[in-house]
Amino acid sequence: MHDKTLTEQASLLKARSISSVELVDHYLERIARLNPDLNAYLCVDEEGAKSSAQAADKALAAGNAGPLTGIPIAQKDIFCTKGIATTCGSKILQNFKAPYNATVVDKLAQSGTVMLGKANMDEFAMGSSNENSFYGAVANPWQRDRVPGGSSGGSAALVAAQLASAATGTDTGGSIRQPAAFCGITGIKPTYGRISRYGMIAYASSLDQAGPMARTAEDCAVLLQAMSGHDEKDSTSSTLEVPDFTATLNDKLDGLRIGIPKEYFGEGLDGDIADAVHSALAELEKAGAILKEISLPNQSHCIPAYYVIAPAEASSNLSRFDGVRFGYRCENPQNIDDLYTRSRGEGFGDEVKRRILIGAYALSAGYYDAYYLKAQQVRQLVSNDFTDAFNEVDVIAGPTTPTTAFKTGEKTDPISMYLNDLFTVSANLSGLPGLSAPCGFSEGLPIGLQLVGPVQQEARLLNIAHQYQQITDWHKHTPEGIA
Amino acid sequence: MTWETVIGLEIHAQLATRSKIFSTSSTAFGAEPNTQANAVDLGLPGVLPVVNKDVVRMAVKFALATGAAIGKRSVFARKNYFYPDLPKGYQISQMAFPIVGEGVINITLPDGNEKRVGLTRAHLEEDAGKSVHDLFEGSTGIDLNRAGTPLLEIVSEPDMRSATEAVAYARYMHSLVRYIDICDGNMQEGSFRCDANVSIRKKGSETLGTRTEVKNVNSFRFLERAIDFEVERQIEILEDGGTIVQETRLYDADRDETRSMRSKEEANDYRYFPDPDLPPLVIDDAFIEAVAKTMPELPNVRRTRFIDSLKIAPDDAHALCADKQMANYFEAVLEGQNFAPKLASNWILGEVFARMNKDDVELVNMPVPATELGDLIKRVDDGTLSSKLGKQVFDALWSGDTGVDAIIESKGLKQISDTGAIEGMIDEVIAANPSQLAEYRAGKEKLLAFFVGQVMKASKGKANPAQLNQMLKEKLKG
Repeated sequence: MHDKTLTEQASLLKARSISSVELVDHYLERIARLNPDLNAYLCVDEEGAKSSAQAADKALAAGNAGPLTGIPIAQKDIFCTKGIATTCGSKILQNFKAPYNATVVDKLAQSGTVMLGKANMDEFAMGSSNENSFYGAVANPWQRDRVPGGSSGGSAALVAAQLASAATGTDTGGSIRQPAAFCGITGIKPTYGRISRYGMIAYASSLDQAGPMARTAEDCAVLLQAMSGHDEKDSTSSTLEVPDFTATLNDKLDGLRIGIPKEYFGEGLDGDIADAVHSALAELEKAGAILKEISLPNQSHCIPAYYVIAPAEASSNLSRFDGVRFGYRCENPQNIDDLYTRSRGEGFGDEVKRRILIGAYALSAGYYDAYYLKAQQVRQLVSNDFTDAFNEVDVIAGPTTPTTAFKTGEKTDPISMYLNDLFTVSANLSGLPGLSAPCGFSEGLPIGLQLVGPVQQEARLLNIAHQYQQITDWHKHTPEGIA
Repeated sequence: MTWETVIGLEIHAQLATRSKIFSTSSTAFGAEPNTQANAVDLGLPGVLPVVNKDVVRMAVKFALATGAAIGKRSVFARKNYFYPDLPKGYQISQMAFPIVGEGVINITLPDGNEKRVGLTRAHLEEDAGKSVHDLFEGSTGIDLNRAGTPLLEIVSEPDMRSATEAVAYARYMHSLVRYIDICDGNMQEGSFRCDANVSIRKKGSETLGTRTEVKNVNSFRFLERAIDFEVERQIEILEDGGTIVQETRLYDADRDETRSMRSKEEANDYRYFPDPDLPPLVIDDAFIEAVAKTMPELPNVRRTRFIDSLKIAPDDAHALCADKQMANYFEAVLEGQNFAPKLASNWILGEVFARMNKDDVELVNMPVPATELGDLIKRVDDGTLSSKLGKQVFDALWSGDTGVDAIIESKGLKQISDTGAIEGMIDEVIAANPSQLAEYRAGKEKLLAFFVGQVMKASKGKANPAQLNQMLKEKLKG
């Protein structure tokens, strides 16, 4: 059952060939057996999952089922879940239970999905390897000594290991696409504002965006449909109408203009990845697309700009974790300064502290103009590059990551870790949708093809990825040892 | 050496919305601690602010009332600092792009002169909660009911030159925000708070001296005293050859002094930046026009109308218009009556004010309805009541009696204007006091008052005084 895609499982559920309870029990058994080695789940809500599955089966029996009714999924532990711990991968939220659900959690529950549990992640979504989780690193199912990517590393690993039909992720600088690439699955970060951020613990508010992670582009389309839409509780959520993402999946690619940024194929890109991406582009060309080399001249400034803006917002967003009202509080605080200093000092991990310090510095008097304001100007230039490019082409394609999954513990220097985001952060800085889909392997490790489209053009990206998955089978490969 | 005082005020007016600026919690004062704080107010993880549209409407109303520029694209910014009653670790305020920009207002000083005061800006922000230090042994309690209450911070230019001017400006703003219904103006509950930036400089100097910011002033009287104290303190320092330290000082009303709270060096670096959770607030012309339609008559316009159309003395018009409710009451008294409006003004500023002060009653709780006072004035004006009897009727109304004519009837207070009756009483009094009559006729005219008194007494105070006077003089001539 677990080797079926979400869409296939939905058909079986609808045909009542299997029940949601059976499917859930099956996954729970797999989680109990396989998760201890992977550490992809932080918590499993057996009871809640079973009762949701029973409700789903009733809806299926009554013929009230939607395309997601009875489908077991995992939620990244960044989404608040009422009554179930939400840790955000941090010690500071070790025992935190939100009194509300994130809008994403509510919407997916309303569409009939069954939440199996919460997925491991880098602390406060800061990281590209999932090594920054207070609750331990996650193993990449393809090679257990490799990282699954981050920050949605738990989500990617559990989808790759088939411990749920799909999972949610969030992407601030590549945190859906990079782990999707590392784990050989499909993931999409939609346009900024497409999905409500309410109840999703903020890292960098102007960049954070939720999205689905699944086996196929088609599965992602179904999930994205359920997750999208304006939310009165999030002023930055888009009021634009949400298109039918599945309706255009089968559109032909004839005449599609694909831009290939020359800056994406320069120094630092792994040779196997370059080859795999070029092969993928050749496949798309065969399917009718027109390839065109383009330039994104400010590409090299993306990482520096991102690592000013994101930490700046984070330094403020994370101020609420102060030990006063909820979360971790140090033992025997002597006074309020002691309470703050030790609660935060003991509660946050190193990478979180590093980014809070960088961010506070970038915003401080005398440095604001040189760092924060300058970074915002660069952000505008990056955005302008895309606007110019989309005058010539319909979408942009390239590698998702410069390398395949690296070894756990291998990268000790923060800067080399940050360079993982080289190709992904520009979509966040510009608010554009970006998708990663499997397009090959290098030494047994998956390679991701990234597609970036104009604002609100998720349907186009999903269409291209779906067509690609009709003519290739990279997405059908599965890791060993997950039977 | 002569010194010039320079004062600018920052006024925090709590906007009279039902719910908070970024959440749906109630803003009502005085609830049990933390019963009016939801997930947004508590700053729980993942929650987001949503702007209360009413707050925007009120800020626009303020801009229209003062003629200040409307920031058609204002931006919320985060002011970052740690404090236990600041749940998110930052306050959402406005920095570079406030909702109200520059303006100029003219205020009337107590001496009758006009004073021009520049407005720097007015911006929207959320209030913090309260730390409760005296409730728990060894620890501090936090009440977040007030957290997220909407404030309009009104910043003036340093245009005031004395405590008197500063108070006149503050009173003007206090009156204005209540006139346009955006703030209840309750200073005790903290709905209207003034911080004063005070500096001094040598007379004739163009450069500003180092300023101190005086906080914690919760009445106009304290504002005046705090500024006076601060000016004296600064003069003393400079005349002793010292320098003023830029700092925040708290006013202590019990000791009538200001005390240092924190110096500029200790001040936080607030690391302001645009709040990424809130898109820029864009106000279009249609919205402004809709708000403009709801604007009440402003105090200065109303005052001019009272003076020009109702023939009220300028000082009286000023006093009546200082409080919107008072001016409304005045106009309600005139409703359907034909007497000169000046009579109503005299009654309100005289008897009504005196009685309210004496019994410490606010206008909202005033026991005499405007229609009753109107009827009372009518009966004085038409001669049914003398002004003295009028006051007796007013007393009755004050203690809850209703119906002016019914009170006159039941208490038998009707003025005697029947010349026959008055003549009868005069004759009796003259007959009973022959020696006084002789003295009067011998030239001791002061005795007129004695005869008036005697007749009044005989009439139980009800004789029409004008008639009595005239007739008595005739009779005494003989």
